[in-house]
Amino acid sequence: MNQILRLTTALAFGVLTALPAAAVELKIGLQDDADVLDPAQSRSFVGRIVYTAMCDKLVDVSPDLKIIPQLATDWAWSEGGKVLTMKLREGVKFHDDTPLDAAAVVTTIERNLTMAESRRKSELASVEKVEAAGPLEVKFTLKQPDATLLAQLSDRAGMIVSPKAAKELGANFGSKPVCAGPFKFVERVQQDRIVLEKFKDYWNKDNVFIDKVTYTPIPDSTVRLANLQSGDLDFIERLAPTDAAAVKGDSKLTYADVVNIGNMSIYVNVGNGARANNPMGKDKRLRQAFSLAMDREALMQIVFEGTAVAGNQPFPPSSAWFNKAVPVPQRDVAKAKALIKEAGFDRVPVEIQIPNNPVVQQTMQIIQSMVAEAGFDVTLKSTEFATLLDEQTRGNYQLSRSDWSGRVDPDGNIHQFVTCKGGLNDTKYCNAEVDKLLNEARASTDEKVRKQKYDAAAVILNDEQPMIYLGHQSWIWAMKKNVTGFTPSPDGMIRLIGLKKGS
Amino acid sequence: MVQMPVYIGKRLLVAIPTLLIISIFVFSLQKLLPGDPIMAMAGEERDPAVLEQLREKYHLNDPIPLQYVRWLGGVAQGDLGVSLRTNQPVLELIGQKLPVTIQLAIMSMFFAVIIGVPMGILAAVKKNTILDYIANLVALSGLSVPNFWLGIMLILLISVNLGWLPASGFESIFVDPVRSIQTMLMPSFVLGTGLAATLMRHTRSAMLGVLSSDYIRTARAKGLSPREVILSHSFRNALLPVVTLSALLFGELLAGAVLTEQIFTVPGFGKLIVDAVFNRDYAVVQGVVMCTAVGFIVMNLAADILYVLLNPRLRATL
Repeated sequence: MNQILRLTTALAFGVLTALPAAAVELKIGLQDDADVLDPAQSRSFVGRIVYTAMCDKLVDVSPDLKIIPQLATDWAWSEGGKVLTMKLREGVKFHDDTPLDAAAVVTTIERNLTMAESRRKSELASVEKVEAAGPLEVKFTLKQPDATLLAQLSDRAGMIVSPKAAKELGANFGSKPVCAGPFKFVERVQQDRIVLEKFKDYWNKDNVFIDKVTYTPIPDSTVRLANLQSGDLDFIERLAPTDAAAVKGDSKLTYADVVNIGNMSIYVNVGNGARANNPMGKDKRLRQAFSLAMDREALMQIVFEGTAVAGNQPFPPSSAWFNKAVPVPQRDVAKAKALIKEAGFDRVPVEIQIPNNPVVQQTMQIIQSMVAEAGFDVTLKSTEFATLLDEQTRGNYQLSRSDWSGRVDPDGNIHQFVTCKGGLNDTKYCNAEVDKLLNEARASTDEKVRKQKYDAAAVILNDEQPMIYLGHQSWIWAMKKNVTGFTPSPDGMIRLIGLKKGS
Repeated sequence: MVQMPVYIGKRLLVAIPTLLIISIFVFSLQKLLPGDPIMAMAGEERDPAVLEQLREKYHLNDPIPLQYVRWLGGVAQGDLGVSLRTNQPVLELIGQKLPVTIQLAIMSMFFAVIIGVPMGILAAVKKNTILDYIANLVALSGLSVPNFWLGIMLILLISVNLGWLPASGFESIFVDPVRSIQTMLMPSFVLGTGLAATLMRHTRSAMLGVLSSDYIRTARAKGLSPREVILSHSFRNALLPVVTLSALLFGELLAGAVLTEQIFTVPGFGKLIVDAVFNRDYAVVQGVVMCTAVGFIVMNLAADILYVLLNPRLRATL
């Protein structure tokens, strides 16, 4: 026993002396492991959290979702929204000490547009060409006006990577990513950790107070919280709503949340193959009745402990894009019954496919009993996620429960879902008027014009309801009391600029 | 004993068709699963042109038999393919996870054996006494308590309340042996208790069988001490089924312990294969299953060899 004690003391002493006294290490617990660490190829949400620390973007978004400068200090639209010119920040360096200039931006954007493995092509689809207009000035020429481009450049499509590293590593860039963010890549062990350290030449280094960041994927939220409580982690993302009260009551922890920009909805197969031939797919009155039969407010209180908000549009009621003239409906069983009767039904059989996770199952069982009172006989068909996605795309479903993680620009939360040829339009809803409104909203850089178009589309969509929106979850974080300076952002990212960890 | 190498060689040759059959089986089962790996991988970003390009790149549009032959050709040259999700070579992934899984398996077996075997012997020797009942109760609890529950309870008690051990994570034994053992203690204990129950039951019944045989009565009649009768005469003979069982249990551990790994975030085979199945990451699933199958076959062989070493009578049958 004595020997063990001596050994541990010696080891502890060794570790303590090896580290400089001032090194501040922040350990963050993520829900999943990130995929490839290449902004051009990346797909996962947690990957974006890691990039927030590692890869700066041309522009960033503020907590109220406004586009703000990051690598670009200034920008302007011209030629009727077909040309975007950006001025770059001076003196910015990549982690490999090469300078970030207009040529580097052009190389990155071209890489995103042309590399076979790139997942950024559709996000940059409107870009005709990109060129250096000066050493620190970049000019984007578009095929047609695209107001969403700035929002795309505030995410992975706008993360500028070192041309030197990109050339050397090619599609293998993710094995040793080199960007221009506050932290640089150190190592990664799959499903175990991603380690970053402070980049000494970062342009905004005076506001970085952390020396080393470790991201650890821990899928189980209870275990993630236990690791925070035991002191093995400093910060966790996506705390389960059921644990919110425990964190708020813990004097050693700080709680933070914000309603996110995504949504929870139920897809109704209105035109995707033979199975669109179902009562709810054929008659909008039944979809309206289904929507009215739900008590969304109660649902959010019960399942999400009040951390989620009820909704009936792709944007949460707190968003500037929400159409206030189409409020979230109150539960009205009598009206729902009347609509069902009007549609010629007494009881309506419905099959809903749902992913097999406990929170969704609980949500849907509550909905099942709520709508039963109005006259819907709901069968829940629980499937594993990859299968659900497959069935949904192929149209082998009547109703399907689906989540959307949300995009900064409103277009990303609506256009691809409900326009006739939208990439994520699994309901195969098609309405020329909606297409026209949403295309016009996309083309205008005038926010007032865009708002007017989205409002008009919301009225039609709320009447036809190819997607029945349920509400909007919150991002919930928990951290140790000594971690300060964190600003919750509706995009769910963990920004480390300004974040401090006391002793 | 001269025949031993020949025997091992023969057994390994027989293993080849077994592995082939397993590989065909796993390959076809995966293809029967609904869901498209490229789609699962794309998640929210489904750009049809990119999806098609990726399908081409990974030859997912080819007929399934052709895909299988291509895979087999790669394996023959030591190439297990790349993970669709992370672009990492499967062999490299297995190389990262296998040491973790082996360490977890060894430590779990350690707990299983030091708890299960003595309890089994005790229960058999003190048959139908209070000690026997207690051992049975402990064994039954070990079997019935779900791993994930025990795991979370241990984390809450030992890490959160007492702060004795890290709640989860992993460190390589070659980098920091102390921390490595610390992080593995709870997961291996959780896994070990479940296995200890099985071992205890089998040790007990094997011991009971031996204890009632004639030569034990003779040994007792000769006036040998109970300790000698139990440990030298009975236990050695009772050990045979226990060894087989331990080897099989060890083989099972090599397949990864999904729930335990998930709870304690141990980056081993279990988590790797579950994630791979959910993402339809065919090459990874295939690689891990094959690796596990090899592990199983080796453990079986090890059990048979140990058998012979323990039981001289079997040497003649080689």
